[in-house]
Parts: sequence; C-alpha cells; structure tokens
Amino acid sequence: MTTASSPLNGFPDRVPPAEVEDVELYHAKSWITRWVFSQDAKIIGIQYATTATAIGLVALVLSWLMRLQLGFPGTFDFITPAEYYQFITMHGMIMVVYLLTALFLGGFGNYLIPLMVGARDMVFPYMNMLSYWIYLLAVLVLVASFFAPGGPTGAGWTLYPPQAILSGTPGGTGSGIILMLVSLILFIIGFTMGGLNYVITVLQARARGMTLMRMPLTVWGIFTATVMALLAFPALFVSAVMMLFDMLLGTSFFMPALVEMGELAKHEGGSPLLFQHLFWFFGHPEVYIVALPAFGIVSDLISVHARRNIFGYRMMVWAIVIIGALSFIVWAHHMYVSGMNPWFGFFFATTTLIIAVPTAIKVYNWLLTLWRGDIHLTVPMLFALAFIVTFVNGGLTGLFLGNVVVDVPLSDTMFVVAHFHMVMGVAPIFVIFGAIYHWYPKITGRMLNEAMGQIHFWVSFLGAYLIFFPMHYLGLIGVPRRYHELGPTSFIPESAATLNAFITIVALIVGAAQMLFLFNLAWSIRHGRPSGPNPWRAASLEWQTPETPPGHGNWGDTLPVVHRWAYDYNVPGAAEDFIPQTVPPSDTAATGEHR
Amino acid sequence: MIVAAVLVLVAVGSVAFHFLSPWWWTPIASNWGYIDDTLIVTFWITGIVFTAIILFMAWCVWTYRARPGHRASFEPENRRLELWLTGATTLGVAALLAPGLIVWNQFITVPAEATEVEVVGRQWLWNYRLPGPDGVLGRVDVRLVGPENPLGVDPNDPAGADDIVVENDDLHLPIGKPVRVRLRAIDVLHNFYVPEFRAKMDMVPGMVTYFWFTPTRTGQFTAVCAELCGLGHAVMRGGVVIVEEEEYRAWLAAQAGGTRRVAAAR
Ligand code: HEM
Ligand SMILES: [Cu+2]
Ligand SMILES: [Cu+2]
Repeated sequence: MTTASSPLNGFPDRVPPAEVEDVELYHAKSWITRWVFSQDAKIIGIQYATTATAIGLVALVLSWLMRLQLGFPGTFDFITPAEYYQFITMHGMIMVVYLLTALFLGGFGNYLIPLMVGARDMVFPYMNMLSYWIYLLAVLVLVASFFAPGGPTGAGWTLYPPQAILSGTPGGTGSGIILMLVSLILFIIGFTMGGLNYVITVLQARARGMTLMRMPLTVWGIFTATVMALLAFPALFVSAVMMLFDMLLGTSFFMPALVEMGELAKHEGGSPLLFQHLFWFFGHPEVYIVALPAFGIVSDLISVHARRNIFGYRMMVWAIVIIGALSFIVWAHHMYVSGMNPWFGFFFATTTLIIAVPTAIKVYNWLLTLWRGDIHLTVPMLFALAFIVTFVNGGLTGLFLGNVVVDVPLSDTMFVVAHFHMVMGVAPIFVIFGAIYHWYPKITGRMLNEAMGQIHFWVSFLGAYLIFFPMHYLGLIGVPRRYHELGPTSFIPESAATLNAFITIVALIVGAAQMLFLFNLAWSIRHGRPSGPNPWRAASLEWQTPETPPGHGNWGDTLPVVHRWAYDYNVPGAAEDFIPQTVPPSDTAATGEHR
Repeated sequence: MIVAAVLVLVAVGSVAFHFLSPWWWTPIASNWGYIDDTLIVTFWITGIVFTAIILFMAWCVWTYRARPGHRASFEPENRRLELWLTGATTLGVAALLAPGLIVWNQFITVPAEATEVEVVGRQWLWNYRLPGPDGVLGRVDVRLVGPENPLGVDPNDPAGADDIVVENDDLHLPIGKPVRVRLRAIDVLHNFYVPEFRAKMDMVPGMVTYFWFTPTRTGQFTAVCAELCGLGHAVMRGGVVIVEEEEYRAWLAAQAGGTRRVAAAR
C-alpha cells in the first residue's frame, strides 16, 4: 500500500464519529491528592518509575556484590555462600518483576498510553492509584525480608520447591520465603488493577480517528504485554498460594515424601514438577511481557530518529500479537532437563523455534527502517542500536537453548546466564534508557545532558557486551550457574578465573556509569536545555499536547482528532519531514498514510 | 564514523573471540558427539546471521547518516521483501530444528543392551547403586531411608538383596558399554553433570529420571551438581572413573561392603 497506489489519494478524511464521550475527570483538591495519592496516570507513571528505579538500584548493588565474590573468590569474607544465594535470588526477582515489569507497564504504560492514544487519563483512575500503592507495599514487603530473621530467601528467583521451603536453603524455613511469596501475591494484585486499566483504556478511550491500526507500536507492545501478564500472572499467583499452604498448613502440592536433614519430612505425594510447570507458564510469557514493550518502544525510537516510517507496520503489529500468543505454548523449554516426560521435548522445541520467525521479522523490519533512513545518532538512537545488537545476540543464543538437545549440555550453566542477561536483561534496559532520553523532555520540559548521555551510552553498551559475551564460553566449558565459587574442578581451566576477574571489573565500571545517568536525571530537571514541546519533531500524539509537560487532562479543552498513523516521516511532497497525527489530509500537500 | 566502526568491531571482535579465545568445551568422553555436531551447526548458522545483521546495520548507519540535503525515503511496506525474508528464516530455523530433534530422539531412546546404574543425590553428596549379579536394581522407598539404609532400598525385595551401594568412592564404569543412568534424589532437586559426557538430567524427589550414554575415553572425571539444591550446591562434587572391563570387575568385587550393609538392614 504505497502512497502512489493508494485508493485514498483524494484526501477523504477518514475519521470515524466519536464513539466515546469526553469524560469529566477527577480534579485533585489538595496538594496530597495531587502529588501523592494522585489519580493522574502521568503522576502514577512517574511514581511507578521512581519506585522501580529505587528497588532496581538495590538489585544493581547486589550484582556488584555477586560479581566481587565471583571475580575475587575468598577475598570478601562478608559474602558467605548463604548470602550469595540470597543475593542472586533477590537480584533476579527484583530485576525481572519489580524493575522491568513495573517500569515498562506501570511506568511507561501509565505515562504513555493515555497520551499516545489521545485519552484524558486511564479509564479507572482510582483503581490506577490503588495499583501503585499496592505495588509499593509489595516492594516494602520484599525489602522487609532483607531485615527478617534468617534474611531473604536464597532459593533462586525460580523458587523451586522442595528446597525453597526446606532448611538447607537460606530463608527456607524462616520468614524469608514467606515474605517473598506474600510480596509476589501483592504485586500481582496491584498489577491486575493497573493492567485492566491499560487494556480497557486502549480498547475504549482512544481519541477520534485513532483506529487500532493507527496506534504507535509502543502502545501495541505495552497493550499486548499487559494482556499476556493478565493471563500469565495468575499461574504465579496460585503457585505462591499453594507453596504457602505447603509451608504453613502442611499440604503437599509440591512436596513428595522426602528426607530433610536426615529426618523424614511430613509431606507426601506432591509434585515438584507441577510447580515448575506453573512457574514457567508464567515465567516464559514474562520474558515477552518485558520484551514486547521494548519491541514497541524501540520501533518508535528508530522511526523517529531515522526520520523514516517504521517499515512493515502491519507485519510488526501481527508479529507482536503472534509472539504474544505463541509464548503461551513454549514454557517447558525451561524444563528440558527437569525430568518431565522427554517426549514433550519434541513439541516444545518445535514451538520455541517457530517463535524465532516472527521475532526475526521484527529484527528485519527495524533494520529496514534504518535502511534508506536519515539516521540521527541521538542518544535514544544509540541505545536503540545497542538494543538491536544485544537482542540479536541473545535471540540467537536462544536458538541453542530452545533446540532441546543442544540445551542438554548448556542448561543450568553460565551460558544460560549470559543468554538471558543479553536478551531480557541488557536489551530491554537499553530500550528503557533510550526511552528515558527520548521522553524526558515531554515529562520535564528539558533535555537530558547530551555529553553525560554519550558517556553513559558508550560505557553501558561496550561494558555490557564485554560482561556477557565472554560469559557464554564459561558455560560452554561447563561452569554451572548459581555457584559462588568454582573451587578446584578438573575441567575448569585456571584462565576461567582471570575471565571472571575481568568481567567483575567491567561490571563495576558499568555500574558506576549508571550513577552518572541518575545524576543526569536529577541535574537536568533544573539545568537541562529547555526542550519545547516537540524537540525530536515526532509525529505521534504525545508530542502534540497543548502544554509541555502535559497538564491535568492532557489535552486542554478539546480532545485531539487523529487523521493518520504515527509514522508519516519524510512523506514525498510534504513541507516538513514529519506530519503529526493530528494534521488532516487537506492541510498538507502530501498524503502519507491514512489507513 | 565512530558508531559504524564500533559496530563492525563488535561483529568482527565477536567472531575473533570465538575462534581465538582459550575457552571452549571440554574434550568429549562419550558417544554424544552428535550433540557437539548440532551445536557446531548452530554456531555456524547463528554466527553468520549475527555477523550479517550487525554488518548490515553498520553499513546503514554509515550510508544513511543524517547530513545536509539527505532525506529518508518513504516506503511503508514491501510485501515481496518481507515474504522472502520470512521464507528464508523459516528454512534456517528448520535446518536447525531437524537435526536437533533427530539427536534428541537418540538421546531419549535407551539401547536395549544398556546396563543400569543408579545415582542418588542428597544434600550435598552423591551415592551410587549398582545391580548385583542378578542385574536388577531392587525397589526403593524414601520412607525407608535411614543411617543404615542411605538409599532406602526395600529389604523385602529380593532383587535388592545383592545391590551394591557405593557411599565413599567414585562411580566406576567400563568403557564402551552403554549405561542407563537412573537418577533419584531423596531431599531436593539435584542434577548429576559431567561436562565431558555432555548429558545431564535433573533428579527429582518422588520421581525417577534417567539419561544414557556410552563412555568412550578412560580417565577420571568430575561430576558437579547443576540444579540449585541449597547451601552446598557449589561444593557438591562427585567423581566418575572410566576404566577397562577387567579393572571394572575388580573394582566391583571390592565393593562387597555395600551388599552386606543392605542385608544387615533387613
Ligand atoms: C550489569 C548488570 C548486571 C550484572 C553485572 C548481573 C550479574 C548477575 C550475576 C553475577 C548473577 C548470578 C549468576 C549465577 O551465579 O548464577 C545474576 C543472576 C541473574 N540476573 Fe543479573 N546482572 C545484571 C543485570 C541484570 C538485569 C538487567 C536483569 C533483568 C532481567 C538480571 C536478571 C538476572 C536473573 C533473572 C538472574 C538469575 C538469578 C537466579 O539464578 O536465580 N540481571 N546476575
Ligand atoms: Cu522461555
Ligand atoms: Cu545442587
């Protein structure tokens, strides 16, 4: 459907009649209801993002401690094996759930969805507010476990029973594991309140003319991820409840007859594999709950900063939806060596490798958006490029681990740790960075400092690659994951220790660069260059607000009317190199894409 | 320009690291060379794709850099190109999956002539059990585990009476004979992993799992635990010694202590 052959060339204004009435908003009456117990999705988004960043910092510090131990084993006696396990568990869980999920959906979802679809706010603002406060409570319960007797749980972020609730595991019989499970349950409750909001807002509150197929891919990514999360989190919810019952009420959902420290435990008949199935029925979609918003956002970053329409928009939308659906039937690829019926291997390897196809299409379309573009190497664009590098790298090693028999030697080694850090740790984090550099001007009215941004980018990109690329080869040797020390092990060469020390040093440098980033965030609020309403000359709706930062109700007196998709960049014949979504066809010589 | 150059460096550097770094898998000591072959095929296909993508990206960043007078071209989609790429990707993926599934089928199909040994994981050590002269491992039940009967062998099952329990020694196996490794855990999950054999499988309390392999090289190998099992996970080492047939028989004969022990528990 290129412009030339489009049947729409006679400039028909394809704007459907208003389906949704403009609603009366809740207006804050006091400072407290305006800034603290706020019902404005923008404030809630910032609250989510700030809380997620704060707890994310804890996870970052934990990663330094783990790296110190791995790089220089025996040097730091304050890191005992028990603490090492507590560190990896809390690091992993915080990063995946409390940082990435909360930041993408609660943070970006809240801030961007209403602005990008042209709504005044989320449809259920009060529930949206509750969502944040329950999330905060979940975080506080999680933090409390650091101070609980026996400390937090050290069961690994996968919390596999039986060990998760037995005495051989740190926090296994104390409050550590209980607080973790309670915190997860709270998180899911809070998320469900927010998630329903995001989905229904996208479905019901779009501005006139904002058809689904005109929505920016950012919204598509967050929307699909939220639907997935609403379907996947219940599996984690029930497994947390069942594990609590096993521990506190003496049920045996996940506990077979077993010996605990020489004594026969009181359980009988349960199945540890049942937990693994439930966990990964949540856990695999979770990977895409983090990845799809990143896919969406990075598509928009690339398009805006390469001044070119996103290539193959419809394919991109369908790829997001198909990936979302398929990701519910691949979960047992995390269980190839779990002891489940080996015949499942055929099925899950096949579904897993099929997902590679829509995923590859997305990568091609990002590249084809760069191709013939007008590439501005702004900081958001740099992070988008870094995302492609790390995502492609991690995606390709996924073909090793997904291909059941190749997974056999690699599973549970450092190869896995390297793989998932590349694909769901580093890659989405780069998108988050890019997104913050991109939208900060809309949120604050000022640009982030470019020089600090460049340093932050180069150290983070090269550093993260140097940390995680060589790590694959440790796994190839056979170094298992979740080892606080390698010990004298015949098959591990001396040089592995050198590599570990190198990785640790780079990790500390990368960590320091994040401090510069945080400083930049704080400094630029007052000292950044004023940005004006649309510094990147972007076409999507959020850049067309009457005020920057957008005011209460987002759009002033009248809601915007949308006339085109979000990707009219460098349309032949147009005076400017972009046409905002709000410009009717009759106002410009060029047609662009109406859809 | 710096960015394009760095991208080229990332692609070239990764390939160079792959070929030049000293870190590579251990020399194989089992029949699972097929797994290594599949892995190598995967390295080649993914390596080529990775390099091509990053180099193409570098080329784009250089060729289509913003400069005065340069404009992007407007091209919403290109059906043919997209279909062509989808087709090529599907082929590539199928080329990886097909050999993978064939080898997986071998991996889960135990040859009829395989002998059985049992490896039992417990916090945080390994025990082994070998069938006695009858060639059959006796029934077990965790509820029978005690200081005198560490593996919970059922004293009422005659097949178990001659079983050999190895508590304080490495597992010895004869070279060239396929073995079905029967895996059990009596407390939490464990995973018996000898990197040189390539095979591994979790041990799950309440279940019996397995893998099989044929040792192809004599020598002493370290087994590690590859499934988080609590505080001692990283120090849970075991040993497997692959020896010639006669040597194996001699070792087996010397393990008579295990037999007496089970008999005593009756
Ligand atoms: C430069 C930043 C980071 C460093 C240096 C780092 C380092 C580590 C280390 C040393 C481990 C333990 C490996 C082991 O012994 O098995 C680990 C585990 C883990 N990390 Fe990271 N990490 C970083 C960022 C992230 C991010 C952004 C995520 C988000 C997905 C993440 C998710 C995880 C998970 C899920 C685990 C597994 C925990 C477990 O085994 O239970 N990490 N990380
Ligand atoms: Cu998965
Ligand atoms: Cu273990």
